Amino acid sequence: MSAPNASGWKPGTPVQDHNAMAGPDTVTGNRALMLEEPLIFEIGTTETTGVDLPEPQSGSNRLGGLDRSEKIGLPGLSEPETIRHYTRLSRQNYAIDLGLFPLGSCTMKHNPRLNEKVARMPGFADVHPLQPVDTVRGALEVVNELAHWLIELTGMHGVAMSPKAGAHGELCGILCIRAALEARGDAREVILVPESAHGTNPATAAFAGYRVEDIPANADGRVDLEALKARLGPDVAGVMITNPNTCGLFERDMKAISDAVHEAGGFVYCDGANFNAIVGKVRPGDLGVDAMHINLHKTFSTPHGGGGPGSGPVVLSEALSPYGPLPFTARTKDGVVHLVEEGNAAEFEHTKAFGRMTAFHGQMGMFTRALAYILSHGADGLRQVAEDAVLNANYILRSLEDVLHAPFGHSGPCMHEALFGDKGFAGDISTLDLAKALIDEGYHPMTMYFPLVVHGAMLVEPTETESKAALDQFIGALRSVAERAKAGDESLKTAPHYAPRRRLDETLAARKPILAWEEPNPPGGAPSMSEQGGR
Amino acid sequence: MRYLPLTDADRSEMLEKIGASDVDALFVDVPEEARLDGPIHGLPMHASEMAVEKHMRRLSKKNLAAADAAFFLGAGAYKHHVPASVDHIIQRGEFLTAYTPYQPEIAQGTLQMLFEFQSQVAHLYGCAVANASMYDGSTACWEAVAMAGRIARGKKRKVVLSGALHPHYAEVVKTMAKFTDDEIAHARPAMQAAPDNDGLIARIDEDTASVVVQYPDILGRVTDLAPIAEAAHAKGALLIVVNTEPVALGALKSPGEMGADIVVGEGQSIGVGLQFGGPYLGLFAVRDPKHVRMMPGRLCGETQDAEGKRGYVLTLSTREQHIRREKATSNICTNSGLCALAFSVHMTLLGEAGLRRLAMENHRLACIAADRLAKVPGVSVLNDSFFNEFTIRLGTDARAVVRKLAKQDVLAGVSLGRLFPDHADLADGLIVAVTETTTEEDIETLASALEEVLA
Amino acid sequence: MARYFTDEHEWIDLEGDTATVGITDYAQGQLGDIVFVELPEVGSMVEKGKDAAVVESVKAASDVYAPLSGEVVEVNDSLDDDPALVNSSPEEDGWFFKMTVSDKSELEGLMDDKAYKSFCDGL
Repeated sequence: MSAPNASGWKPGTPVQDHNAMAGPDTVTGNRALMLEEPLIFEIGTTETTGVDLPEPQSGSNRLGGLDRSEKIGLPGLSEPETIRHYTRLSRQNYAIDLGLFPLGSCTMKHNPRLNEKVARMPGFADVHPLQPVDTVRGALEVVNELAHWLIELTGMHGVAMSPKAGAHGELCGILCIRAALEARGDAREVILVPESAHGTNPATAAFAGYRVEDIPANADGRVDLEALKARLGPDVAGVMITNPNTCGLFERDMKAISDAVHEAGGFVYCDGANFNAIVGKVRPGDLGVDAMHINLHKTFSTPHGGGGPGSGPVVLSEALSPYGPLPFTARTKDGVVHLVEEGNAAEFEHTKAFGRMTAFHGQMGMFTRALAYILSHGADGLRQVAEDAVLNANYILRSLEDVLHAPFGHSGPCMHEALFGDKGFAGDISTLDLAKALIDEGYHPMTMYFPLVVHGAMLVEPTETESKAALDQFIGALRSVAERAKAGDESLKTAPHYAPRRRLDETLAARKPILAWEEPNPPGGAPSMSEQGGR
Repeated sequence: MRYLPLTDADRSEMLEKIGASDVDALFVDVPEEARLDGPIHGLPMHASEMAVEKHMRRLSKKNLAAADAAFFLGAGAYKHHVPASVDHIIQRGEFLTAYTPYQPEIAQGTLQMLFEFQSQVAHLYGCAVANASMYDGSTACWEAVAMAGRIARGKKRKVVLSGALHPHYAEVVKTMAKFTDDEIAHARPAMQAAPDNDGLIARIDEDTASVVVQYPDILGRVTDLAPIAEAAHAKGALLIVVNTEPVALGALKSPGEMGADIVVGEGQSIGVGLQFGGPYLGLFAVRDPKHVRMMPGRLCGETQDAEGKRGYVLTLSTREQHIRREKATSNICTNSGLCALAFSVHMTLLGEAGLRRLAMENHRLACIAADRLAKVPGVSVLNDSFFNEFTIRLGTDARAVVRKLAKQDVLAGVSLGRLFPDHADLADGLIVAVTETTTEEDIETLASALEEVLA
Repeated sequence: MARYFTDEHEWIDLEGDTATVGITDYAQGQLGDIVFVELPEVGSMVEKGKDAAVVESVKAASDVYAPLSGEVVEVNDSLDDDPALVNSSPEEDGWFFKMTVSDKSELEGLMDDKAYKSFCDGL
């Protein structure tokens, strides 16, 4: 693992003393390829446009006397300026295309470009959601085919495809549970959620009108089955369990948990954020799960896009399927795929739907990508995905546990992510400092301070799309910063030093929020945006 | 498998380091009976890029693409020309394959873009602050209703929905309200030349937390929102305005200017494309900055770095689920980042001058279409006013007509029967949308096809 | 005027029937840079031990419980513009709200200056 890479660089070897490299200030503020870029409001004008459109012609006006006469204040740029503006901005971002992106629980894996090509095929990208169904049968087949594989991969009975993201899927699943309970006249009030759960779980349960209670964890970092059993009763609507959990561990007792919850008349919601660790190896349906959302942008590689769009189909057990929302697709015996909406739900004997999650049918652009991913991998490839993801995470765990505290290192192998804590860091050096130092090493930091059950948590998820060489280089970098944290290296506290920006003042941002661009001078004062002229 | 870099030699070496005999030893915590011993039922083995592309192309070809038809569908999703630069920018890996900008020092590209996006949306809507986007217009609409409820601190429970709100949006609000004990007062849409504002105002009372109005409405009509805002405010209610066609705001007064408190909408028209309904782009803005802390979703704000340089961060996160957990303003955890980028790039290319021209071109062609269709025997135009979408009455079941015309590659519009299956008296209504992509030849094609089918 | 402390790190100045409430220097130190304080509405009734205000740092939102029951009669509006007052002057200019005290027996069990100091030392 200390083999030099092609450039002769070796893990743990500093490039050179950076002070010796420091040069003079520049008049532009740029530093070679690190280019400063103003806001469009500072470089554009309201008269400039990068689109050729006809000048307004006189003709009839049926705007009801509501013509917009006031200035809107939207800057425009010509096409070359636009391309340059956004290209410059793009270069201030870290991305999977640039390097390993070890955000635990977020699953930053390679995004295959075939998927992008497929999503742009005109039959998918250029069809309207309300076209007559005879003109979109192929699109409906994509939805249905993906739905089929999601059901097969999870061993469940049905799937609601319309939720727009993971949290939306969670809500959908919990609403199915509530609808099923209400249908049997059973008003239960409580949803149990482990302390280590992602914040969306309690937020979702609260939104659906439930009171949230914590489930304690045992010393292994798993749900305490006996404590859970003791709490179950006629007031418990269900549990929300993440499996594999946010400590990176498989909930060994999942089936027993499900059985106990069912016995007590409740339902089991599984947060499927970490399904990528077990896809093709374990089917949640076999573990007694009633509902589970699948983040297509995690397990099935649809791009994260700087924060979305996501896609969160929810697979449902036989008990919950009748309550799934409209619309959805259904294939009849003749092979035709139908769109089931409010107008024809009765024909398809789906009259108990709890309602509608969104205006249209869900994230078609993500369905095409996810389907291309599933078909590309196939049954053998998906299994390999889970195995390699788990192998890579364990390799990181075992390569670093001598230098970083691994609170559950004793609890057996981890799944797709390795969890560390800040124990042993010198003085007031924190996980945040270590993370920022990792930026200087050319990495996006791991997930920090989550899960809450571990002090100064660092959750590292390499994914299956990293080579061993990439892992070794990352391990070398993380080892180095961990050693510096333990040695009390004060330079960590001012990291990052080499990023487009130094540490940003989040307190200032929150105390005096500036959330939209405003003209620097009040009207009547200095020239307005349009009068300043562009570049 | 082309996406998996590990070799068998790597795997053995790594297993040795871990101290595991084989990879199954890493799955030891999965109970034996839960482990699949064979491949997933029916799923073929891995496939080449060429094979997958072929399969997907076959499915794509089974659809009638908008560009291959005389196309008049709207009702919440619109076909506009998206400049080639937009798709180029959103495919740059630094945007496409980045995560939520939680580490701002290496995410200034996404953050500055979001700050610009928020500013563009705020200007467009006539508001003070917009967030970094929601899933889509319909979910943004519900989030606005929920936010108004928070501002009323649970003391008011009634939500008055205009009958001319997109029925799918209304359905989302009604679905969510079932679980929050909000009382939804929803009227049925009236087939009139102008919306029934008096009827709407009459339904606002002291218990009303918010009033939800679509502008332009589902039938394409536009109406002065100021009297509705005034009536809502007089009863201590907030006015929520929903816009499904942002291009309209290049020609029409902004909702904020007329007194709307929360403005939400669908941003799909600018930069995003049709995509069979998703992913789309929820826009969300407030007129009064004091309401910012009640907003759902991510917000990007300006700040400085340790050297005093301007930079951007996600801010006011204590509203959000990852900190507030069960007390969060919403469970939303993502935005529609890449769609927001597409919107922002397209809007930058347009600029104010371009947006106004685009809007006027849409309106000009819509006027031509309305005049031409009015001449078709049996057809009448409902609207007094409209932007790029209006409703015609056919005197017969419009849904059947739409299906018939689709066979001739004419996508005539969205029938009210599709949107309001329970209202037989609306069944002869057809919503027709016209954009800059519509040609006069398309309009003639639709008119003649209608003449033929209605004859 | 008497000053009392709670084990939730709030201080209470009692003057006649009116109490001024804030959080202690120890509490602000634990919370870090305060960016926002959500205060109760004037005229609202608060109940001892129930949520009355929320104090926010960049990464945390903490509930402040009412130390006593009564009606909120005044809130510190200057915290709107300058929440940093809670950090710079937690036990004077950074006060949160004033309230009437409906039941003085609720003061029993609260700590005085000395008791609170040793309570903090023991943490």
